[in-house]
Amino acid sequence: MKAGVQQNKLRSALRTMVDHIATGLAILATVLVVAPLIAIFAYLIYKGASSLNLAFFTQIPKPVGESGGGMANAIVGSGVLLGVASLLGIPVGIGGGIYLAEFGRGTRFANAVRFTADVLNGVPSIVMGIAIYSLIVFQQKHFSALSGGVALGIMMIPTVTRTTEEMLLMVPNSIREAALGLGVPTWRSVLSITLKTASPGVITGCMLAFARVAGETAPLIFTALGNQFWSTSLNEPIAALPLQIYVYAISPYDDQHRLAWAGALVLIILIVLAVSLVRYVASRGILKGAS
Amino acid sequence: MAVCAFSIFAIVILIATELVSQSQMSWSKVGFKFFYKFNVDPTTNLPLFWDPVNGDFYALPFLYGTLVSSLVALLIAVPLAIGVAIFLTEMSPRFLRGPLSFITELLAAIPSVVYGLWAIFVLVPLLREHINPIFIAVFNNPTTVKLFGWTGLVGEDGLFGGVNLGLGLLAAGVILAIMILPIIASLTREVMSAVPHSQREAALALGATRWEMIRIAVLRNARIGIVGSVILGLGRALGETMAVAMVIGNAAEIHRSLLSTGHSMASVIANEFSEATSDMHRSALIEIGLALFLVTILVNGLARLLVWAVTRGTPARVN
Repeated sequence: MKAGVQQNKLRSALRTMVDHIATGLAILATVLVVAPLIAIFAYLIYKGASSLNLAFFTQIPKPVGESGGGMANAIVGSGVLLGVASLLGIPVGIGGGIYLAEFGRGTRFANAVRFTADVLNGVPSIVMGIAIYSLIVFQQKHFSALSGGVALGIMMIPTVTRTTEEMLLMVPNSIREAALGLGVPTWRSVLSITLKTASPGVITGCMLAFARVAGETAPLIFTALGNQFWSTSLNEPIAALPLQIYVYAISPYDDQHRLAWAGALVLIILIVLAVSLVRYVASRGILKGAS
Repeated sequence: MAVCAFSIFAIVILIATELVSQSQMSWSKVGFKFFYKFNVDPTTNLPLFWDPVNGDFYALPFLYGTLVSSLVALLIAVPLAIGVAIFLTEMSPRFLRGPLSFITELLAAIPSVVYGLWAIFVLVPLLREHINPIFIAVFNNPTTVKLFGWTGLVGEDGLFGGVNLGLGLLAAGVILAIMILPIIASLTREVMSAVPHSQREAALALGATRWEMIRIAVLRNARIGIVGSVILGLGRALGETMAVAMVIGNAAEIHRSLLSTGHSMASVIANEFSEATSDMHRSALIEIGLALFLVTILVNGLARLLVWAVTRGTPARVN
């Protein structure tokens, strides 16, 4: 009897110990995950801020060996590329999302599209780059800003489609029914009632997709190629911020490393701003206007 | 609208046909041997896989580099990600949840090239100066070699033999781990939150401690979804390009040591495509791209199905 009680006590002490160890390990894991993030951000701000200056935003790269210079052409180039990408990716993506949520809801076709969009989201961006290379660059026989923009735009489509769909699905059915009950045709109800109600959410989805492709380098290496000089022509190679960071990071010169850090800081600030904005809008309730 | 939805199929078909037609030249020359054959260098007697000078291209070292760096990444990331997910769903005080999930979201939003930049200037020196010497001391000391020499994993020819450059498969694996952690962690968290509360309450009511409750009620119910999220992380790791290209060392060779330089499927395309010396070279690179495309589609499709099976109703989100 006594031995049994003692055994039970021992076992419960053991179980408590295991519980404590597991808790400790989970906390340790969390710390280990947060640590690199803080390390990355701290180092980025420290290195980037000390290299950022006005010249970074106003000058084009100096030839190797001369110090100074900036990435003005890369910033503008990224703007051009993202503009082309948005023109292609956002309308098509939103259209696809509307179809999935409103017209094709529950059909086999819509389910297949949804699944394919998710899978396409996981296809490496470099593969997208090769496909666009052989489709546009290979046919035209020269690198161009247009091909880079198209590559980025195609990468935006699945993300925008899926977030638009999710946001539209959050619109209460009563609103659709009210519109239809008033005799509004379906297309009108979709465009000016449902889509309008969900618009803050749809816009945040587009911004997320935008932020994601803004940092893409791999599909640009052999489409937009990069450029050391001013160019805004769609038909010529164009510089881009992530591409320039890559080129400078693997170069042997200290001056270029500094520019790479400054570029990375600018890029990260843009992306963090976008993500924070998204969270802010989301936390205010995506569909405030609807309820 | 249906046309827009159809465009997604069109993109997949477009990618597939372009890759297949452009890789035709390499495929018709060596066929399936592309993935396992190699020549032997007559002067040095070493295997020769990727030889732009003579126009011989075989992809084995890239498959090896991708596989090894992804495995290292999973070994590091999976336990950590599950730990974080457990902490966030079951243990964390409410006020920590928001900031922590924000941080994981931020990690997922940092561009690959910035990870690569950080890896070149911080991670690689850190590995070279401080972490690799520890592994080398443990794996290559005479006692370990005497005890475990038969496994072939220790000593000069083992996992940590050779020159300690900092760059290499291990560095690629570590930076990949940091990159796929948020994806696995956030999906695992989603799957764990989908476990009904009644299951947890039942376990606690039977007298389970918190850890036992997590093991019996949460992990067991969520295991399929967790496997799904791990496979999704693997899919990301397989196709990750820039960060890997910046630290893996870029050598088309196969060595057992994790400290040796290598090349992954994605990194070789990024490095050589725009400077391909011949049509054959380009065609071989596109064939590697095609293989990567097929593998990631398979892996992602499988993972999606698993995650869907668990969180049906609440759509899984990865960004």
